[in-house]
Amino acid sequence: MSDNQIRAAIAEASADNDIILFMKGTPDAPACGFSARTVGMLKALDTPFVAVDILPDPRIRQELSAISQWPTIPQLFHKGELVGGCDIVTEMFESGELASTLGVDAPAGPAEAPEVAPQMPPPIGIENRLN
Amino acid sequence: MPSADEVKTRIETAIPGAQADVETADEVHFSARVRASAFDGLSRVQQHRLVMDVFQGELGGAIHALELKTEVS
Repeated sequence: MSDNQIRAAIAEASADNDIILFMKGTPDAPACGFSARTVGMLKALDTPFVAVDILPDPRIRQELSAISQWPTIPQLFHKGELVGGCDIVTEMFESGELASTLGVDAPAGPAEAPEVAPQMPPPIGIENRLN
Repeated sequence: MPSADEVKTRIETAIPGAQADVETADEVHFSARVRASAFDGLSRVQQHRLVMDVFQGELGGAIHALELKTEVS
């Protein structure tokens, strides 16, 4: 797959999925603390989301950052627009803004970024498109 | 390896009117709280971009991670 095809696949995946997280590793086996924390917050909101592991090919990250103008991972997108990385998502989660931005019901109880994620079915895999 | 003071100075120099509090335990991972009038009217993503652009190319390198919190001053 050429760099352009990777870029097109990323753009398509972001357009096709309301909530998509580009992360290191997978939701069940995150490979970085920031990715793990972001997954934990999405799971706490009990909202379905698509996750893309950027680690298998360094070009995924390269093309993603070129599109988003955002240097770090994870990156959360809602309806094709970058919501933010781990810091912004954490801030928005704690203020309740993340739920409203993503259009989901806020979780019951105090909003504190969870350390350990609750169990949830695995998200739809779209890894094949990016291979 | 940059010190917390260097990171603070660079942010404050690059963004007019910015005030930065920077902490680091190891001079590789940094945590910064930045207040700037320049953030007014910008989304959080745009605010963070302004700060991250100061360290273009160094994020992931000399600066392994930059934890950011931005506020409009």
